[in-house]
This record gives sequence, structure tokens and C-alpha cells, in this order.
Amino acid sequence: MLKVRLQQSLPIALDVDLHCDKSEILALVGPSGAGKSTVLRCIAGLHSVKNGQITCANNKWFDAQEKINLTPQQRRIGMVFQSYALFPHLTVNDNIRLALAKQQQNKQQKIDDLLSQVHLTGLEQRYPHQLSGGQQQRVAIARALAREPEVLLLDEPFSAVDKVTRRKLYLELNTLRRSLDMPIILVTHDLDEAAMLADKMCVIHQGKTLQQGEPEKVLYQPNNTDIARQVDVRNISIAELVNEEEQLTLKWNDYVLAVEQMEGFVVGQTVHWTIPPSKILLHQRVRPSRGEQENPVTGVIEELITLKGITTVLFIVDHANGQTLQMDVPEHVAKRNKLAIGVAISVSLLSDAIHLMHN
Amino acid sequence: MDWQAFEVSIKLALLTCASLLPIGLALAYLLANSRFVGREVLEAAITLPLVLPPTVLGYFLLVGLDSNSFFGGLFVSLTGHTLAFSFTGLWFASIIYSLPFAVQPMLRAMETIEPEIREAAWCSGLSKWKTFFKIELPLAWPGIITAMVLSFSHTLGEFGVVLMIGGNIAGETRTLSIALYDSVLAFESEQAKSMSLILLTIALVSITIVFIFNRSRSRVVRL
Repeated sequence: MLKVRLQQSLPIALDVDLHCDKSEILALVGPSGAGKSTVLRCIAGLHSVKNGQITCANNKWFDAQEKINLTPQQRRIGMVFQSYALFPHLTVNDNIRLALAKQQQNKQQKIDDLLSQVHLTGLEQRYPHQLSGGQQQRVAIARALAREPEVLLLDEPFSAVDKVTRRKLYLELNTLRRSLDMPIILVTHDLDEAAMLADKMCVIHQGKTLQQGEPEKVLYQPNNTDIARQVDVRNISIAELVNEEEQLTLKWNDYVLAVEQMEGFVVGQTVHWTIPPSKILLHQRVRPSRGEQENPVTGVIEELITLKGITTVLFIVDHANGQTLQMDVPEHVAKRNKLAIGVAISVSLLSDAIHLMHN
Repeated sequence: MDWQAFEVSIKLALLTCASLLPIGLALAYLLANSRFVGREVLEAAITLPLVLPPTVLGYFLLVGLDSNSFFGGLFVSLTGHTLAFSFTGLWFASIIYSLPFAVQPMLRAMETIEPEIREAAWCSGLSKWKTFFKIELPLAWPGIITAMVLSFSHTLGEFGVVLMIGGNIAGETRTLSIALYDSVLAFESEQAKSMSLILLTIALVSITIVFIFNRSRSRVVRL
């Protein structure tokens, strides 16, 4: 298990607390300049901060108080750089050979195994400039694994390849990770990439780790509005908590919404709430409402856009001072219900999907 | 043709190159990899011989190497020989005036190596020394070859500083360019012509080698 705690105010403000278990991928997400790469460089031993501790499998790699700071050579890390940083004057074979431990038995066999693991058999004698972006990334991963690292660090490894290759590499990494038993830290600014590949996600902003947890939880149930903004949460609104028929509910404009999550909130409190666009259900036109739907809300469609079979509908909610909500529906549902700009719709906001946040 | 002067010149140029290889590499590595107060001053001092009139440089070296000076005195007390007007003094002066020709190409070559390449080597478990010999040196090789060829040619052709510091002692400090000057003054035009042609050929061949080497190298290694 890898545990990282870093604190410093200058020159770059850092307040980082994260951990990653064996065989787990932790995605470090945040905008450019948030400090993601700095954290990765600290773990690798390429950068050190004033306060903090980094331990890996009970070995102290860095402890500011005890003045322990192991060099990258002493840390046994495997690092894949954003630009891959392959040695340009060496062949694929020699790039990997250089990273093998001195005491490694039968080096050529090990190189062949690593190359077959990343599907590069047959390209041993090529130079980096003779490889495609995807192949270079695979060499970088093989080189990182050659050291039999205790932690694998991936710094935006997919940013230098085209979209088609990227999708292929996602699948490959997903397969490869099953055979790896070390913590893997993936730095990315792409939330979809993080959600797809990682077991855990950690949001970092201005050098501070804001929330760590399962992607589903971080993306749809952020702890506060700061995190919500970082993970691009749509449908953020303000409402008041009220008591309605002995039950705590959300008073949002003219609507009273039933909510399941209540822990930590009290009556009279003004809160931010959110609902994922996929958790807003469209009422079918052919089956008119009999008034029994969950949290019914009506509105008029202002805009709609379809991408890869999903139609995102932006609608202005009735009696809500012009506030809008976004809803995702399958394209065929949008077509069957004849959704178009200006059409009036009725929807349900699922109560178990409404998430309350502290300001 | 003064073959003795030719021998002195070649010996001086080879010894200067051999000395500048480690000195140039150390200085280029320091300048390329570290940020320290006075870095610009150091770089300017190294580059100074490029712009300074050779006679000015020669004057200061002559004063600095004189047996009455600290450095010259120290050398006399250690070896019993004076530095001024000796081959050793000339060798020392050549290292100084050819320094920018060695350091600049090496420095430019090292600066083109992405810092990430070096860090990738460390993360792959390579020590700093191993990183230098296995990664940085092979990548900076074209710059190092350029540095050596330029230092060799420049040492071979230097006139002003040699005259100031070495004088004109046959077999000791009389180099080909000094012998050429003597020949012209003595109206020995045939000898002057052959020596000029030798210096011209060496310069042309060495610079051509630099271009050929750099071009073929860039085809193999694209940084």
C-alpha cells in the first residue's frame, strides 16, 4: 500500500493526503496546474517538499521530520512520462534492458516476456522514432515494469496519442493491470478516462486533495460544491430543507422534492443539491401522468444535442425563475417522444439520486 | 616547409583537445544542469576569448603566468620551470582561448536533451554517473565531436595569443602560424604558400567532418 501525505506553502502550495492499495488504480484528477504531476514527481523522488511522509509497503521513502528522502534509484518505482521519455539512441530492446536490475537472471528472456506482455514482440530492434505513439507508450510501460516496481506511476499516459489509439490502449491497460499487483497511480485531466480505468479517484485542485473515493461516488456525490465544480457536475442548484408531513424535504422554488440522503443536514438549512442528468426520468407522452410520479417537475426544452446515442436535453423548469436542468435520455427515447426545442415535458427527479452538498 | 613547427602545432592541438574534453564536459554539464548565482558570469567568462582581441588575452595570460605572479610563481616552485615562453605555458593558454569552442557546442548539445530523459533514467534505476555515460554522453556526442574538431582547428590556427605568451622558440613554442608569419617576413613565399595550404586544408577537412557527422547522426537519432 502506498500512503502519501505532503504539505508545503511555498513555492507551490500543496496539501495532499492520498493512499492507494495493492492492485488498485488511483486516478489523480484535476485541471492543468492543479499539482497532479508534482505529486507524482514527489512519489518518484524527483521533487521534494517541506513537510510530509511517503511510505510504500511499510518502507519510508520520504519523511521530512526524520530527514529521510530516498533517491528515485532507491525507491523502486516504475514511471511512464507524458512524453514517454524513451532513450532515443537505444533500440526498444536496450531501452528495457537498461532498466532491468543488475541481479536479473536471463535478461533477454525477461525482455521478451515484457514485450509480449505489452504486445510488442517483433519490434525489439526498432528505435523510438520508428514507432507509433501507441507503440512508444507500450515500450514506456514495459520499461517501467522492467524494474519490478513497487508502485507504477502513469503521468497523463494517453495524452500524446490519437483518439482511436487511446481507446485501444485503455483496453490494453485494463487487461494488463489484472496481472499487476502493485498500486498504480494514474494522473489525468480526463474525468471519463479516470472513471473508466480507475478503482478510486482523487480530486486535486490548487495543490489540495479534495476528495478520494470510488469514481461513481466522487463524480455523482461530491462532498461540496468546490469538488462538484472540479468534476464537472451538472444541475447544481440551491434549495431549503423543510419539514413536510413529518418528513425532511427539499423546497426548490415551487417544488417540494423528496430526498433520501439527510444525514448531517437540518431543517431550515440552505443547501446545494445536484442530480445526475441520467437520473432524471422523462414521462412518456403516451402515458399521461396520474399524479403518482416521484418528484414531478415540468418544463420547456431549450436545447438538445445527440452524441453517440445519448441525447442531452436542456430544459427550463416551470415556475423556477428561469433555472434549467440537464437530462440524458437514449436517442430512441427522444425520438419516440418527439422531443424538440420548445416542446413542453414532464420529468421525475429520482429521490435517491438527489445529492445534498455543504457549501 | 617548417616540419618542426608543424609538429609543435599538432602536438599542442592534440594535447589541448585532450585536456578540453574533460574540462569542457564538466563545465557544460554544470551549466546545463544547475542553476546557481553567478552562472551567467561563469558562462560569460568562458565565452570571453571569442570576443576579446587575442593580444589582450595574451597580455593577461603573460602577466598571470609570469614567475612574479602567484600562479606563475607557484608553478616555478613546484616544477622549477617558468610557464611564460614555454610549451607548457602555451598549452595552458591554448586551453583558455579554445575553451568557448569546446564548451559552447557541448553545452548546446546537453541543453537539447529533455530533462525527462534524464529523469526517466533515474527512475529506471540508473545512477547519475551511469545516466551520464549511457544516456547523456551518447546523446550529446555530435556536440562533443564538434567541440573537439573546433578546438583542434582553432588551436592550430591561433596566432596572437601564441606570439604573446610563447614567443618564437623553434621546437618549443614556434607553431605553424608563427612560422608562416616568419616566412612572409623573410619573403619565402613558397614556404608560406605550403604552410597556408596545410592550415587551410586541415580547417576545411575538419569542418566538413563536423557537418557530415552531424547530418548522418541526426538521421539515426531524432531527439
